[in-house]
Amino acid sequence: MTEHKGVFVFSENERILLELVSKGRELSDKRSAKLTCTVVGTLTEELAERLFETGVDVILALKEAPDRFDPEFYCSLLTEVIRQNKPEIVLVGATKRGKELAPRLATRLQTGCMADCIALDIDKETGSLLGTRLMYAGKATAKETCTSYPQIATVPPRVFERKTVGKRKGEIIQIAPPSVPTKVNVKETKKKEIGAANIEDAKVVVCGGRGVRSKEDFKLLEDLAKVLNGQVSCSRPIAADLGWFSEWIGLSGRKVHPALYIGCGVSGAIQHLAGITNARIIVAINSNPDSPIFSAVDYGIVGDLYQVVPALIESLKKST
Amino acid sequence: MVRSIVCIKYAVDVNQLQLDTKSPTTKGAARKISDIDKNALEEAVRIKAKLGGEAIAVTVGPPEAKEALREALALGMDQAYLITDPGFTDLDTGGTAAVLAAAITKLGGFDLVLAGEATIDSFSSQVGPRLAEHLSVPPITYVRKLTIEGGKIVAEQDLEDSYETVELNTPALITVTKEVNAPRLPSLMAILAASKKEIKTLTKADLPLQSVALDSPIKILEITVTELKRRKVIIRDKPVAEMTDELAQTILKERIGV
Repeated sequence: MTEHKGVFVFSENERILLELVSKGRELSDKRSAKLTCTVVGTLTEELAERLFETGVDVILALKEAPDRFDPEFYCSLLTEVIRQNKPEIVLVGATKRGKELAPRLATRLQTGCMADCIALDIDKETGSLLGTRLMYAGKATAKETCTSYPQIATVPPRVFERKTVGKRKGEIIQIAPPSVPTKVNVKETKKKEIGAANIEDAKVVVCGGRGVRSKEDFKLLEDLAKVLNGQVSCSRPIAADLGWFSEWIGLSGRKVHPALYIGCGVSGAIQHLAGITNARIIVAINSNPDSPIFSAVDYGIVGDLYQVVPALIESLKKST
Repeated sequence: MVRSIVCIKYAVDVNQLQLDTKSPTTKGAARKISDIDKNALEEAVRIKAKLGGEAIAVTVGPPEAKEALREALALGMDQAYLITDPGFTDLDTGGTAAVLAAAITKLGGFDLVLAGEATIDSFSSQVGPRLAEHLSVPPITYVRKLTIEGGKIVAEQDLEDSYETVELNTPALITVTKEVNAPRLPSLMAILAASKKEIKTLTKADLPLQSVALDSPIKILEITVTELKRRKVIIRDKPVAEMTDELAQTILKERIGV
């Protein structure tokens, strides 16, 4: 048994925060405990209402907060909050900030952290948190638990759905900011050039890989996406090695959840496949019949994408 | 002069890994330097070429991990340390970070600790931030551009929706992404020279770990091999229009988009 009680949730990303609150509510109920969260920045009335509606019991709010997300500040703040409140479970959004923050917290609090959980539950017998995570670039999943407290887990975006539990009120407690010396100065923040809509929300994703010979040729993929009301993205080599885009689909990038994914000239490295496992239907167009992507598809066309994509656009147009 | 310590992992080569569904194990699986750690090695070599100093590779692993260190030497590291002990076989990220911190402390001061943003096999990105905590230096993660001038580090971080450039003094811990550089292939000369260099070994007894708990709080209860349940319908060897008509019909039947 542990003296730790309650579930604590944190993410600097409001959307993930609300997703985690929903899951946190379920876990809290199973543990007959309170659900607490802290927000980044100063708490607005609107956000407080949304958090309560999603199931939060207590919001710990800063009177004054730094203008930007300062990792050092939030690491100290959360360490302090967790030491004082002794939650049994801490959920952190697995953004890049969160993935840096959670292991730091775990180290300060001398506990374990289960990274990138794609499922969370409570062990019926022991009451422990159970986390499921991908291993070996998605070739396996591991079910884990943490035997020290708090049990920390990070959760990627869109693993859980936000569900409101109806109008309800909770408690807001003011907390004092920690005094943290600034060791790191921010010189510049550049917004990425990202399409208006979020690729993670796209219903149809058309993805280009190394088989696409130039950035201009992505126009072809744009045309296909247009017919299907979808969005275009790429694999990591296109973004990383060639620099044509600022984000990519894969284990280290965006994980997509479309009804339809069409890979064009994508070879299907397992790191890429780990980003598309949640697609309902996977289609690939590739000239190499031995390409690994064909072992991971629902439908594949062996052919030159420069011929197949325009023909597919025609076929789709005439069929509708 | 910059003294860099690069932490590398002798990781399971996930591309080659075949897991038996009934008893999944990585025993005997092919291993190599985790891909992104190679970018960390390359960055240390480049910094040394520009500013002088020293670059040291360290790994916590079984004796076979010497293979990774041998490669690190061929890639330009000045020294290589294998941290190995029968008591280190079941370390999790917390234990690994504690052991690395003890070894790095033992090796004297540093300006930079470098590592990849994640390892190819477990991809949890925990060891870097945990190690920074043990060493009481700031972790700067997901760095895609790194420069050092007059003892100041300037690093561009790749966050979800933005690139953030930060400036700080050494010492610090930096985890790099694949975009930071293109790792070199070692020349034959470098490989030969590396084969003659000494790989030093540190065991638990050599390290200041007396008061450190290394037991893993994370218990793996079950490993399930992923089974791909895809239809794998491959359309080929037909006129293009015929193939795309077939695919279009299927897509429309699924009531997607349009």
